[in-house]
Amino acid sequence: MSLLAAAADTQVVIGGAEEVVFWILGPVALAGALGMVFSKNAVHSALWLVLTMLSLGVFYVVQEAPFLGAVQIIVYTGAIMILFLFVLMMVGRDSSDSVVETLRGQRVAATVLGVGFAGLVGAGIARATEDLPVVGLAEAQADAAGGEGGNIPAIAELLFTRYLLAFEVTSALLITAAVGAMVLAHIEREPGTRRTQKELSKARFLDNPRPQTLPGPGVYARGNSVAAPALLPDGTVTEESFATGVEPQEIEQMPRPTGRGQLGSPDGALGTLDPAPLDGGRQS
Amino acid sequence: MTLTHYLVLAAILFTIGAVGVLVRRNAIVVFMCVELMLNSVNLTLVTFARSTGTIDGQIMAFFVMVVAAAEVVIGLAIIMSIYRTRRSASVDDANLLKY
Repeated sequence: MSLLAAAADTQVVIGGAEEVVFWILGPVALAGALGMVFSKNAVHSALWLVLTMLSLGVFYVVQEAPFLGAVQIIVYTGAIMILFLFVLMMVGRDSSDSVVETLRGQRVAATVLGVGFAGLVGAGIARATEDLPVVGLAEAQADAAGGEGGNIPAIAELLFTRYLLAFEVTSALLITAAVGAMVLAHIEREPGTRRTQKELSKARFLDNPRPQTLPGPGVYARGNSVAAPALLPDGTVTEESFATGVEPQEIEQMPRPTGRGQLGSPDGALGTLDPAPLDGGRQS
Repeated sequence: MTLTHYLVLAAILFTIGAVGVLVRRNAIVVFMCVELMLNSVNLTLVTFARSTGTIDGQIMAFFVMVVAAAEVVIGLAIIMSIYRTRRSASVDDANLLKY
């Protein structure tokens, strides 16, 4: 015991490796946080936040909390951020942030407030913890025999003795959260309000002037993209075959014989780019 | 380098999260900023646990993580149900608790 008491008095020296880790991952964490706030796309925000959380997890491992580091990476970056991305894909991906300020000067005020707060709290903490002792967790984590017990047994011992009540209440909290999420996300439908396939089919034929499908794109020797419009039997382009969102493509076609004399033949309509005569091309 | 560095980093991360909550309009991004604030407080807890030589700070950080997980689940479900009724995930549009 005297050995342990002596160890508690001496300060743990923070090693050079930890310093290197801090000065590499500290800026990375800051960059992740700033990127999250300033990126317009919500999915990019989520990915920046993952970066920050991963570096925080490494900080936990470095600071003698390997269990919390693992939990941070598994729970936060693994579960919570994936939950965020799920909801983003369902809800907010295309709803990009509006740049209109609903409260005038709010952004500037918030930024000034943030810089001031960071300055005050940062300076205060820096002054107050200037000579903060670093006792280290070697003594707290030692097992009964005085050997090296480890982080997880130490946490388990505290969690299931002093904090047992809080731990049990946590289980109630989690089950409440799960039930609450189910209640909030559930859509109650009156029985019988859902339309059957037969009703849907009838409705489609009643209100729709065009119950059948639209014509597909044209297939040509020199192009069969969706942008290529289809041709009607008389050689004109059908506008219904235009793909939405794509510029209709001009298709180069082989020159065809257009002699009026051929129009009477069975494949006469194929041989012309002119609209077919109304009488079907028959010549009296 | 001392433990002060960790604490100042946590304070700056907390501030960035707070500014994000004030500035951003998308409810999900606002939520992510809240998560960042919780995380920075966790870093403070772990740092002080190491400084004082007790495990209690780590236990507190653990409980914060559990509560944050529950909070995220409920919050995202609320955002989903607001989106269903208002077709928008912006905090400006949700100005009524009902409808």
